Amino acid sequence: MRPETRAEIESLFERYPQKRGALLPAIYLVQAEKGFVDADGARELAALFEIAPVEVHEVLSFYNMFYTEPQGRHHVYVCTNLPCSLRGARTLLKGLESHLGVHGPGTTRDGRITIGHEECLGSCGTAPVMRVDGAYHENLDLGAARRIVDELE
Amino acid sequence: MIVEPYVRNYLSEHYGDDAYRTLAGYEAKGGFAGLKKAVALAPEQVVELVKASGLRGRGGAGFATGLKWSFMPRTSDRMKVIVINGDESEPGSFKDRLIMERGPFAVLEGILIGAWAMGAQRSYIYVRGEYAEAIRALRSAVAELYKKKLLGKNILGKKGFEHDVVVHGGAGAYICGEETGLLESLEGKKGQPRKKPPFPAQHGAFGLPTTVNNIETFAHVPFIVERGVEWFKGRGTEKSPGTTLFGVSGHVERPGLFELPLGTPLREVIGHAGGVRGGRRLKGVMPGGLSMQILPPTELDVPMAEEFLSQRGTHLGTGGVMVMDESVCMVRVATVVSYFFRDESCGQCTQCREGTAWVHKLCQRIEQGRGTEADLALLTDVPKLMEGQTICAFADAAAWPIQGLLRHFRSDFEAHLSERKCPFPESFEL
Repeated sequence: MRPETRAEIESLFERYPQKRGALLPAIYLVQAEKGFVDADGARELAALFEIAPVEVHEVLSFYNMFYTEPQGRHHVYVCTNLPCSLRGARTLLKGLESHLGVHGPGTTRDGRITIGHEECLGSCGTAPVMRVDGAYHENLDLGAARRIVDELE
Repeated sequence: MIVEPYVRNYLSEHYGDDAYRTLAGYEAKGGFAGLKKAVALAPEQVVELVKASGLRGRGGAGFATGLKWSFMPRTSDRMKVIVINGDESEPGSFKDRLIMERGPFAVLEGILIGAWAMGAQRSYIYVRGEYAEAIRALRSAVAELYKKKLLGKNILGKKGFEHDVVVHGGAGAYICGEETGLLESLEGKKGQPRKKPPFPAQHGAFGLPTTVNNIETFAHVPFIVERGVEWFKGRGTEKSPGTTLFGVSGHVERPGLFELPLGTPLREVIGHAGGVRGGRRLKGVMPGGLSMQILPPTELDVPMAEEFLSQRGTHLGTGGVMVMDESVCMVRVATVVSYFFRDESCGQCTQCREGTAWVHKLCQRIEQGRGTEADLALLTDVPKLMEGQTICAFADAAAWPIQGLLRHFRSDFEAHLSERKCPFPESFEL
């Protein structure tokens, strides 16, 4: 954990009656360093929050947006819940996977993109939708989705 | 990106206007008149006013908001907390996202009115982590309010009226929309729901007296206080006053949001969305998000309010209307639904953890043409064993849509058994 990350985490403590309230925001900050939280990061978080390392791990593994393994440089998630599926999201996801040369969720061989599906993104009125590095892309078809991932470096 | 509903009403009237996302723009449209009116009243009077308005929570359960506010202890030597549930994750629901992105100040004004009424010193707005834009909009609105002294100490010059707001991002877990799961998550833990009692009003966030309300619920409050109880009760139904933002998705010509009075007939809601796409026939509608029982086309005249929907074996939920045309295979729908609930079960209660896995396995097997009569019988039984048996309502939410699909579309399941494959070649792909 970088010193500035630690300082930023410590500045969050006062917002909560118990400092553990800052754990989720703190994990985001640690994760931003390498794109995932490794064993050292988890240990340092546990020490900083004065909790057992297992308590950090159970939080890390409970939430979809935390990663404990290295990720591709970009995240591409296609929503496949019912409203998106009704409008062809699963066909789109398969097309995108084969375009990227991966079969099922995973990371491209060059480490450029991690792709997968996501449960409802709350964008059902503009389905199908995908989330790329945190930004929503809505009303997609396969052509538009391919152009978006092709522009990722 | 949706910037405003296709049909607007008081809540969303100015969502298309970018200035409405700034304090000056919000005040130019009459913003904060409700709060000013509220602080001229005694806190108890504000609670009574919200009670009298009949406002029901817009997060899914439809609980009476004023009654909930009255559960907060009047006096407390501990800090009192408001938690705002912006963890909108119900598939088919996308209204709170728009409310946060386009009308953040109305939500915050509603929170401040609640803070005055309940004597709460702190609020946490818990927004699902995926909603980055909503988090940005709320944080920028909160910063402006601090700058203009509408947050912090002595708000509107009222001695002792102090309130702080923290915008807190979640990290991707449907169960954190359940109020006690949300409280656990806010405390930096896994979002596993708590047993009740104790209820949040006694022992909520960080053990403090807490009231949890949905984002949209708070957005209605300034209008109710400013325009009055009679005005509010003049729209919607007797038991469900006011409007809501219906989200219509799936096989319609014009999916989107529509702010309509509660009690608007389902047929009319779908009509606003341009009806079923391509002039096809309707097969079924889930009226209130993925957790609710599907309705067949014969029920389209049902008024969209809880008291009418519950008579037809379903619920209003979050008002997320999912429309399915004649091409749809209802076993595929069941497979998508059951995958979601299996994936999102927090794993705490056996009936839910095991039940959701069984239901999904059975749906999948039947969908692939490998199912037997015994599988269908089991699929009918398992949801019954989940419903009402667990700490929170998640198991009900997982059981109800499957029960609805079996009630109205059992023949789709039976056709898979007899033909040993999916008989709906035109259906959406799995």
